[in-house]
Amino acid sequence: MGLEIIKPGMLTTLQDSGRYGHQKEGIITSGAMDRFACRVANMLAGNADDEAVLEITLTGPTIRFTEDHLIALTGADLTAELNGEQVAMWRPLLVKKGSILSFGAPVACCRAYLAVSGGFAMPKLMGSYATYLQAGIGGWQGRALQVGDVIPCNSPTPAGIALLSQSMSATSGHAYVAASWTPDPQFYPAYDPNPTIRAIKGPEFELFSETSQEQIWSERFQVSAQSDRMGYRLQGVSLHLSEEAELISTAVTFGTVQVPPEGTPIVLMADHQTTGGYPRILQVVSVDLPILAQVVPGQTISFEEVSLEEAQQLYIRREQNLMQLARAIQLKHNT
Amino acid sequence: MRSCVFLCTLVNYTLPHQVYRGTQLSAGMKQKDMQLFRLYPLGDSAITVQFGDSIDRATHAKVRTFSTYLDRHPFAGFIEQVPAYNTVTVYYNPWQASERGFHNPYTRVTEQLQYILKVARENDKAAATRVVEIPVCYNGSFGPDFEYVARYTKLTPQEVIASHTRGTYQVYMIGFAPGFPYLGGMARKLATPRKQNPRPRIPAGSVGIAGDQTGIYPIETPGGWQLIGQTPLRLFDPNREQPSLLQAGDEVKFVAISEDEFWERKERAHGA
Repeated sequence: MGLEIIKPGMLTTLQDSGRYGHQKEGIITSGAMDRFACRVANMLAGNADDEAVLEITLTGPTIRFTEDHLIALTGADLTAELNGEQVAMWRPLLVKKGSILSFGAPVACCRAYLAVSGGFAMPKLMGSYATYLQAGIGGWQGRALQVGDVIPCNSPTPAGIALLSQSMSATSGHAYVAASWTPDPQFYPAYDPNPTIRAIKGPEFELFSETSQEQIWSERFQVSAQSDRMGYRLQGVSLHLSEEAELISTAVTFGTVQVPPEGTPIVLMADHQTTGGYPRILQVVSVDLPILAQVVPGQTISFEEVSLEEAQQLYIRREQNLMQLARAIQLKHNT
Repeated sequence: MRSCVFLCTLVNYTLPHQVYRGTQLSAGMKQKDMQLFRLYPLGDSAITVQFGDSIDRATHAKVRTFSTYLDRHPFAGFIEQVPAYNTVTVYYNPWQASERGFHNPYTRVTEQLQYILKVARENDKAAATRVVEIPVCYNGSFGPDFEYVARYTKLTPQEVIASHTRGTYQVYMIGFAPGFPYLGGMARKLATPRKQNPRPRIPAGSVGIAGDQTGIYPIETPGGWQLIGQTPLRLFDPNREQPSLLQAGDEVKFVAISEDEFWERKERAHGA
């Protein structure tokens, strides 16, 4: 069983919920940029949360399915088609052997996630399937997918098979059969091409000039073309410290907004280095990282301040929602 | 209902950037050991514990004591930790740390860390320092900037080697690249500025100098350090249980080896 890559797309990599436990060895977490879409794709395919998925960026790949597969496609709408038919996203899909998945132009956001029931058949490296592009390890041969790759898949999970059997009801010559149900979109993050991103003050917020402290909340910033999985460079006003400060390097994390001396803020994303020495003006709240991960370079964002307790309440609420969603999907297995 | 339970726990909410001053670390300690440490949130899923404001072995000893204890006694919701020069950053899952929304996660984790700050001292002796010998071939094509460093520092080649292999270096932190050690303790007389034009690729194992720092490149990367030699050891091997050869808190001792020895050890290290 496998996925044959006919066209690789702009940047298609194997990712998962991230490689944790080795950051103290300088090993970055990697993992899906939009962890929410990655997780829900796995849930809809009857997989465990930490199974590998394909992260598809802007210009999607063309993929041939060498067997019947149960899949789910979540995240950005990159106008996916199966044998030319528009694909319903955010639901289990039964795809027939030989079908071809292709993508058109992105509608608004930039990253889609493809999960295959049973996951991809490859060993984990340092506890994760995530591709570590800079070191050339993990995922599929440590690199983005290329023409001619055949990515081996496992057999569908029992949960996937249960979902499959209830999705099978109306087969009639189409490339795929979609489940009639989909999670309530109220569960999703508020995806928006030009979003307002919630953040808490970073550890060095108070070191910035009064003007910069105001501007970080009031101004809009454009996500520059020099943005990638490591970080987003934000163009707009430049930010400065009230006086020069010598900082000792320390750990950073996904969503840390740091400001190098020239004043252009950088939001650290999934492939960020483990440590840094620039002043950290903000820290994006966890639940808004998926929204940020979907912003296309050239679009703009602004920041809105929330407290740490609000950020953690949002986190807890999201987990409660995902638990409800998992229960709802489980009910579908049993019907 | 669910948010109500959570809101009730917010009474104990701890303000960000709160400084815990002069907490007694353990009974029987001297006044000078009473330390100012600081706990601050790094977003909603990490907390940094800061010990002191400088780069020195005494501060890092506290980092190590704390870090070792935490490794041995992880709390519910603990994900991982990153020790650095004067900080330990602790990553956690707020959902698990809050027992599924039942407690305030930040308060919960802060309490755990404060407890560790109190008791970790007692386990001090358990964290014996590891000294890792790093064999380095300092001449020939292994150190293309060796002669430049000798000229810049006005030292003879023998003096450069003698100085670089003298004493031990403290591994303060691993970062920048997988397995890359930030080392402290290089002799000041070896200090040489970085290259004007960074090299596009530096072979794995290269030993370099940048300003008053010395380091080892674990994987092939671009870089601007002055290269004085190369080690046959693999500083990073993703298939090892501990992929990074060096860990924060280790001490490093450089040992000069011949070219023959370099190839011999390289074969051994790479299992060829």
